[in-house]
Amino acid sequence: MPKVSLTVNGKPASAEVENRTLLVELLREHLRLTGTHVGCDTSQCGACVVHVNGASVKACTMLAVQAEGADVLTIEGLAAPDGTLHPMQEAFREYHALQCGFCTPGMVMSAIDLVQRNPQGLSDREIREGLEGNLCRCTGYHNIVRAIAAAQQVMHGRVKELPRAAE
Amino acid sequence: MGFEGIGASVRRREDLRFISGRGNYTDDINRPGQLHAVIIRSPHAHARIKGIDTAAAKSAPGVVAVFVGEDLAADNIGTLPCGWQVKNKDGSPMAEPPHPVLALGKVRHVGDPVAVVIAETKGAARDAAELVAVDYEVLPAVPTLEAALKPGAALVHDGVAGNVCYDWHLGDKDAVDAAFAKAHKVARLELVNNRLIPNAMEPRAAVGEFDPMSGDYTLYTTSQNPHVIRLLMGAFVLHIPEHKLRVVAPDVGGGFGSKIYHYAEEAIVTWAAGKVKRPVKWTAERTESFMSDAHGRDHITVAEMAMDRDGKFLALRVRTRANMGAYLSTFAPCVPTYLYATLLAGVYATPAIYAEVKAVFTNSVPVDAYRGAGRPEATFLLERLVDICALEMGLDRVEIRRRNFIPSNAFPYQTPVALQYDSGDYHATLEACLKAADWAGFEARRAEAKKRGRLRGIGISTYIEACGIAPSAVVGSLGARAGLYEVANIRVNPTGSITVFTGTHSHGQGHETTFAQLIADRFGVPMSQVEIVHGDTAKIPFGMGTYGSRSIAVGGSAMVKAAEKIIAKGKRIAAHLLEASADDIEFKDGKFQVAGTDRAKTLADVSLAAYVPHNYPIEELEPGLEETAFYDPKNFTFPAGCHICEVEIDPETGAVQVVNFTAVDDVGRVINPMIVEGQVQGGVAQGIGQALLETCVYDENGQLLSGSMMDYTMPRADDLPDIKVGTAITLCTHNPLGVKGCGEVGAIGSPPAVIGAVVDALKDYGVRHLDMPATPCKLWQIINANRPRMAAE
Repeated sequence: MPKVSLTVNGKPASAEVENRTLLVELLREHLRLTGTHVGCDTSQCGACVVHVNGASVKACTMLAVQAEGADVLTIEGLAAPDGTLHPMQEAFREYHALQCGFCTPGMVMSAIDLVQRNPQGLSDREIREGLEGNLCRCTGYHNIVRAIAAAQQVMHGRVKELPRAAE
Repeated sequence: MGFEGIGASVRRREDLRFISGRGNYTDDINRPGQLHAVIIRSPHAHARIKGIDTAAAKSAPGVVAVFVGEDLAADNIGTLPCGWQVKNKDGSPMAEPPHPVLALGKVRHVGDPVAVVIAETKGAARDAAELVAVDYEVLPAVPTLEAALKPGAALVHDGVAGNVCYDWHLGDKDAVDAAFAKAHKVARLELVNNRLIPNAMEPRAAVGEFDPMSGDYTLYTTSQNPHVIRLLMGAFVLHIPEHKLRVVAPDVGGGFGSKIYHYAEEAIVTWAAGKVKRPVKWTAERTESFMSDAHGRDHITVAEMAMDRDGKFLALRVRTRANMGAYLSTFAPCVPTYLYATLLAGVYATPAIYAEVKAVFTNSVPVDAYRGAGRPEATFLLERLVDICALEMGLDRVEIRRRNFIPSNAFPYQTPVALQYDSGDYHATLEACLKAADWAGFEARRAEAKKRGRLRGIGISTYIEACGIAPSAVVGSLGARAGLYEVANIRVNPTGSITVFTGTHSHGQGHETTFAQLIADRFGVPMSQVEIVHGDTAKIPFGMGTYGSRSIAVGGSAMVKAAEKIIAKGKRIAAHLLEASADDIEFKDGKFQVAGTDRAKTLADVSLAAYVPHNYPIEELEPGLEETAFYDPKNFTFPAGCHICEVEIDPETGAVQVVNFTAVDDVGRVINPMIVEGQVQGGVAQGIGQALLETCVYDENGQLLSGSMMDYTMPRADDLPDIKVGTAITLCTHNPLGVKGCGEVGAIGSPPAVIGAVVDALKDYGVRHLDMPATPCKLWQIINANRPRMAAE
């Protein structure tokens, strides 16, 4: 079985995998990073989104061996070592952008990449279009859009602190 | 406690683990020595199994065992039970054919489980599954209601004549016939309530485990009601007594009804774990979810409303055919009967109603409760019919509703279809929603849209639903084989912190927050002092779980009842400590106080005395401070409200955009407005999904055409609008919190508002009604067919 070596959440990791092993299986089953979820088998739902070399990737659509040497960031690696949450994580909590939590890791990882790719800032409509690859069955997306709109202000340095949601 | 008590939008305490990737869902659980199961499913809708050759699979690398239906039968394993018996018009019981865990002799829908391969790895199990050779003799299939009800149709179950599960009715037929005979006008509507696939984002999963030393079984499963699974699987399928079976439902990634039922895979992994003496895990691939999770809706209905000269409703007549699928899922029979026909009065004072429901077996996945369960079907029918009534009478859609509302002073109100509404104010929710949606300003928006070449329409729905299920004696008399109370255990720990064990289950609803707010409020302690525990039969005394928007109304009421017991005992302990009479002790703001004095003991003082009973009324009271309460509701609760939708249609493509959606709901007392708003928005999203995007399609051979997320249109962020939510509440009169429930109102109220808006946008095209989903293809055909006429005019 091939051995794959990569960096996951800033730490070196390696595993012996089958040729057919998917990146998401490497993460969940070999490295026991179960925060990255599998919600479908047709690359539709986005629950498995992680960052590979800084860009969002559906980890169910990439073979583990393709990640050889890559720098992978998963939801578990997002917060600072002292536990300080990424502004996107904080915004999801503040704006009630999650209910069952299953789509949330992929949604957060996609949203971060979406915001990073658009330093000019995104309108609500653009956020909705940018979430095309992620499904949520609980929230109706309303609060996810609000959370991303708020988080981008912090991520682009336009405000220091996350704007609080209205009561 | 003001800011975190009842009525505060406290941020959810469960979120930290979910946003950090530290949730603990069933598929995240890995037990030592765990094996993996892959299920072999029928590719045919209806076939006889002539033989199954498992030899090659059994000798494949990594395979530990392969089991088929006969292996379970040889072990005396039972069939999957149905929890509700509905009776026919003549009083005879419904047809209840057996539902084998693994197929025996025949398969009856695409996805019917036939065999299971258990291997060291998922990959090995998948490879070996390919080697299981099933010899099928394909039989004619009847996948739809129309096909199954044709004379001479193939039978899904031998011995179930005409494929009819039951032929049931409710209401006063003679009174309805008499009212129709003298009606000024009759509005008639034939409609389909489209079949849906719930698609919670977490696929179902189960891990079975057996301890040969103790003989104890454990099942980790994606369930909304672990105690119900323990009862059904233990007592009826595997014959494991409750004390030797633990069921854990950890974090569950959405349910919407589809995770209420006891599924074959739960029994398979639990039984197989006992056989192979190692833990066995199964996780559904999404394709399996499509063909094995219970589906929802699927009705065909003819409805007629008789009206007098003023457009007042005189009588309603409804005839519905409801698809049960190939087998009876756990609660399937009650959905198109007691959760449907009983809601046909809606918010209207219709004096006479008669409903007939024929439930039908088909070669399709079992159909059961999906978000709203019966009430969305009743609401869609009634609200669409009321719009047709307005057309027939030449009345405004809002005006005809106002004329027929049950008056605000008529509560309690007995409907002609069994239910008694305790409270409500339908005018209040209507007027608030009209205002919030700027109904009055709509024509200007329509005219503006027209200039842009868009067809704009507005739709309204004024709905009611019944939730907080349910009084046990009532549902028992209607055929339920269980009670529907809820259970709470409150443990005040020695130093005054509180652990609450609830029989409800949270799979997105935020119970860990809402219930903690409720308990903190009752005991006058900070929320940080309160822990909510759910989802484990080893920890929680008992419970019926979460569905039917029952958690706060029934589970929350059980907590109040247990809290009252704690406070009553605490008063006696405090009286002893304060050398006062228990009758003189008041409990307020976390303190037991002698009335009219400043002499008081805190909850922590009292609990410490209870656990360290040195100075304690030991002759009269047991030590400890822990109480359990079972709460059996006195009635259903009746959330109601008004939903208004505005759409724009592009006539060139038929594409619909929902541009405004406004909901004003009466959900009773609100504990956490943020969570309620989120529940309503999520429900509305599923309602818009049903109205515009989603539908389950079988071809004539029973192949599931909408069997993946590429074929079944799940609402995405850019399909949906901002969803404006408000409340205008009346309190429930029969539970201690005045709460009604909010989990399903969005999915119940919204579909007719959306379709009403689409129909309104197309009113110049001769459209009176449209069945769901209103897809671009369907709308473009209507627009295009009418284009020449429109142009000529």
